[in-house]
Amino acid sequence: MSDRRRTLEALSFELVMTVIAVIALIIIIAPSLVVLIVSFTSGFSLRFPPPGYSLRWYAELWNAWQLHFAAKNSMIVALWATGLSVVLGVAAALAISRSRSLSARLLDSLFMSPLVLPALAFGLAALMLFSLVGLPVSPLTLVIGHTVVCVPYVVRNTVAALAQLEPTLLESSAVLGASRLYTFRRIVLPLIRPGIIAGAFIAFMSSFDNVPVSLFLRDAATDMLPIRMWQDLEGKLDVTIAALSGVLIIATVALVAVMERVTGLSRRLTN
Amino acid sequence: MGAAPASRDVTSYGMGLAAPLALFFLLFFVAPLLQLFWLSLHNDTAGLHWGLGQYLHFLTDPFSLGVLGSTLLLGAEVTALCLVLGFPIAWLYQRVGPKLQTIIILIVLLPLLTSVVVRTFAWIVILGRQGIINATLQSLGIIDTPLKLLYTQFGVVIALAQVQMPLMTLPLITALGRIDANLDDASCSLGAGSWRTFFRIVLPLSLPGVIAGCTLTYAAAITAFITQSLVGGGQMLFMPMYLYQQASTLQNWPFAAAISIIFLLAVLAVVSVFTTLGRLSRGYGGA
Repeated sequence: MSDRRRTLEALSFELVMTVIAVIALIIIIAPSLVVLIVSFTSGFSLRFPPPGYSLRWYAELWNAWQLHFAAKNSMIVALWATGLSVVLGVAAALAISRSRSLSARLLDSLFMSPLVLPALAFGLAALMLFSLVGLPVSPLTLVIGHTVVCVPYVVRNTVAALAQLEPTLLESSAVLGASRLYTFRRIVLPLIRPGIIAGAFIAFMSSFDNVPVSLFLRDAATDMLPIRMWQDLEGKLDVTIAALSGVLIIATVALVAVMERVTGLSRRLTN
Repeated sequence: MGAAPASRDVTSYGMGLAAPLALFFLLFFVAPLLQLFWLSLHNDTAGLHWGLGQYLHFLTDPFSLGVLGSTLLLGAEVTALCLVLGFPIAWLYQRVGPKLQTIIILIVLLPLLTSVVVRTFAWIVILGRQGIINATLQSLGIIDTPLKLLYTQFGVVIALAQVQMPLMTLPLITALGRIDANLDDASCSLGAGSWRTFFRIVLPLSLPGVIAGCTLTYAAAITAFITQSLVGGGQMLFMPMYLYQQASTLQNWPFAAAISIIFLLAVLAVVSVFTTLGRLSRGYGGA
């Protein structure tokens, strides 16, 4: 009798947990699916389900030169910010990863702090400083601002990759007469490369999607895609934005699939 | 860069390699924040007269305090909802095979990497007057007139919870993965039921992950400018929009700077509370 109560009790627990988990997973995935479906509407509104299906809003997207312009700017800034983040971030990660010293721990906290501090406050601060030293907003100021908020992802992923590196590998390499640089190029770099790529990928995505920093550091000449989309949505609910969202969702899924293959992204983010 | 003082240990690299990024952060991260702080200590927009006027203005103005309060409350609501929804996902993840595990991770991960404007836009489509929820409820005959879901606190909380869910779920999955599965079995064979085992064993042992997830979710939720402004609409004002209005529309930089500093301190206070709890819980988990 008590056995049956135990099974019932265990069942109720598993049932509740599973049901909540499935609902949560649906809540996570549903919005993207809804946008994808609505973007193929043949109507003029964002009604769901759509009255009919067509590719008209994707065709409309082809002529939306303002969005093209903003997308191009965002792409250029994201590429530069990612490049700069990788160069600065990987070097810093090498320095702080294996050191237990206080300065290394302090630097680590400093490099990670853009992740928790309100980026909007940093955006305003950067704008104030640039205007104080007489540097007008430009792609350059955008790249600098984006690098500050994107470099933590490169540092974190590279540090994590370095932490899994066997020190004995480096020692054997040194014992066998390899120079530090040679060991780095032939042993360290190939082993931590997936970590660097994963960090660079997340840095790129977060730069491409950045709003709080771009909000202050861009002007009409350097319009950025997320800001353009936000302003379009503030004005009216444009179905073209749904089509653009569709493109971005599909591109993200494709990129994540590639990254999963190349770097094992999912395991990297849960270890 | 002097390599000489670096240790002879072949497994580590000199601290000099961190110098370029440290310098970059000093120039473009620390200096701007100091300048922001400096400007916030001025009573006039030109930045000529020193004083605590901006802070006094904020701290004695019921409107400003209301904005701060509702922002901090919003963060707490979103974090709580993320925890309640995110924990079962992490629990389920530990119970399924590797194939399903990868699928769960990718479902959790995708929103993190999808543009935040896109994710927010989706919620406008779902919560709007002609949105899915209203259309469904109306076609089922449950309601006659569309419910107001967009531009409400409920709408902002649910949209933010979905947007920030990965930040909660990923650390939870990591934390649950580190718990020895034998403890679960031991607890059950000693007669504790599943619920009791969960609340007395699994939940306490996963506290470091819970706290890491809460910190990230909270910090992200209260600064989520886009989601707050698009789903919240004009009537609801939170700190990021308040800051942006003062800085951009009104060009009141010293006051905007003071808002930023107060906002920064509020975030730091919350993060350090979480960090302290994290340190305590690690001691508990290890005991």
